[in-house]
Amino acid sequence: MSTPAIAVENVTVHYGEVLALDAASLTVDPARICGLVGMNGSGKSTLFKVIMGMVKPDAGTVRIGGQPPSKARREGGIGYVPQSEEVDWQFPLSVRDVVMMGRYGHQGFTRRASKADRAAVDEALDRVELGDYAGRQIGQLSGGQKKRAFVARGIAQGATIMLLDEPFAGVDKRSEATITRLLRELASDGCTILVSTHDLHALPQLCDEAVLLMHKVLMHGPPERVLQPENLAMAFGLDVLNRKEAG
Amino acid sequence: MELLLEPLSYDFMVRAIVTTALAAVVCAVLSCWLVLIGWSLMGDAVSHAVLPGVVLAYIVGAPFALGALVFALIAVTLIGVVRNTSRVKEDAAIGIVFSSLFALGLVLISVTPSQTDLNHIIFGNLLGVSIPDLIQVLVLGVVAFAILILKRRDLTLYAFDPTHAHAIGLSPQRLGALLLGLLALTSVVALQTVGVVLVVAMLIIPGATAYLLTDRFSRMLVIAPVVSAVCSIAGIYLSYYLDTASGAMVVLTQGVVFAVVYLFSPRQGLIGTRLAKARRRKAAALAAA
Repeated sequence: MSTPAIAVENVTVHYGEVLALDAASLTVDPARICGLVGMNGSGKSTLFKVIMGMVKPDAGTVRIGGQPPSKARREGGIGYVPQSEEVDWQFPLSVRDVVMMGRYGHQGFTRRASKADRAAVDEALDRVELGDYAGRQIGQLSGGQKKRAFVARGIAQGATIMLLDEPFAGVDKRSEATITRLLRELASDGCTILVSTHDLHALPQLCDEAVLLMHKVLMHGPPERVLQPENLAMAFGLDVLNRKEAG
Repeated sequence: MELLLEPLSYDFMVRAIVTTALAAVVCAVLSCWLVLIGWSLMGDAVSHAVLPGVVLAYIVGAPFALGALVFALIAVTLIGVVRNTSRVKEDAAIGIVFSSLFALGLVLISVTPSQTDLNHIIFGNLLGVSIPDLIQVLVLGVVAFAILILKRRDLTLYAFDPTHAHAIGLSPQRLGALLLGLLALTSVVALQTVGVVLVVAMLIIPGATAYLLTDRFSRMLVIAPVVSAVCSIAGIYLSYYLDTASGAMVVLTQGVVFAVVYLFSPRQGLIGTRLAKARRRKAAALAAA
């Protein structure tokens, strides 16, 4: 058996009195796309933060490719695509500037770009089909293009694990299909991808497996099975289910 | 020409111009990050809170920068403590801490003999810059400037996306601390010229002006210091000929230039964008006809 790309074991996290993760365990094998499903406050963001080592768990362990997260980070193995609301889209940076930030871990003290860095950035931009938009200010991209710009940053970085927080929020159907295709390509090249999403109907096309999260991992399996209404009811409460049927 | 050269025949004017231009450049470079992170209030706070540190340093004969750094650190720590351990929100915490420390500085000045010297710290004393003052500003300014420029890419990454900084193994905490330290250092540089009360203007206005003029951070880092240096020198000349307070005149000039850019910037300006729109409409109408 190969070493899992992501191994979260019995991780518990409290924020003061509030319990965010309760002995959550999750293993994702290399080159798989795993969808993380749960309501707001179910611990999805916390799980991301634990994997990135931004939050230290009160208990439990995290291994990235068999290594502690800090080591995986220093090697540039972890790429992160933030939620749209977390980004200042007015920030005076071009698409190329943002993608170049993926190379910083490979660069020296002043982060001066080498020829190899520029080549890696160009390649990543072509890969996500943003080559023609490289000079644009990041706010002047469409919703889907913005996401792809950040995916390109992860590609330029050489990330073997990619974490995407709500990649389909504010993205139209066509861009959603483009992003799905892109992520599937990356996975077939060996990248392991963890996606948190509210967008349940997009999951089966995108993901190899899905996880229901409610402070702990309620269920982990093929998307079709995890997305069964009775299972969703567990994670979201019956309310959502009824509303969905009514709609 | 005569008008430009005449003031330069006085040594004190030359020193004033050199000091101000230097402080203006360092402050302007730093301001690019401050306005983008949303740390303007923090700049205000730190530049005021260093006052007791500077006074204490003066009393014991230590370098001003040392006292300023210590009190900048104290201010930031206290702000964090008040915010995190009570229901008081951050802006209130900042207001409480910096005004109290500033007041402490004023009290210390009032009980320290040789008050005149220290009063200059509050409103600046551009025309009374001595040679040692100039050397201190020069050394601190060059150090702060060099660090800012060498680490500019990391600082921009920190401002734009600290999570990514963390994800690639950098420490956002350390970068934030570096920026705060540089803020304290820069405050000391600017104290000499415009004084504690007006430092914040030098720490915000140039960055904000440049931000309205370009969509590229690398260009902001050129525009802000150039605009700031030109404004500062213009301000000194104006104060010389109008016989007004020099520090205040420097800040006023910067404010006026910001207002002009705010109104007429082709991309972001209030009137500039409307003019551009009208031109486009006219062109479209002509093309249609």
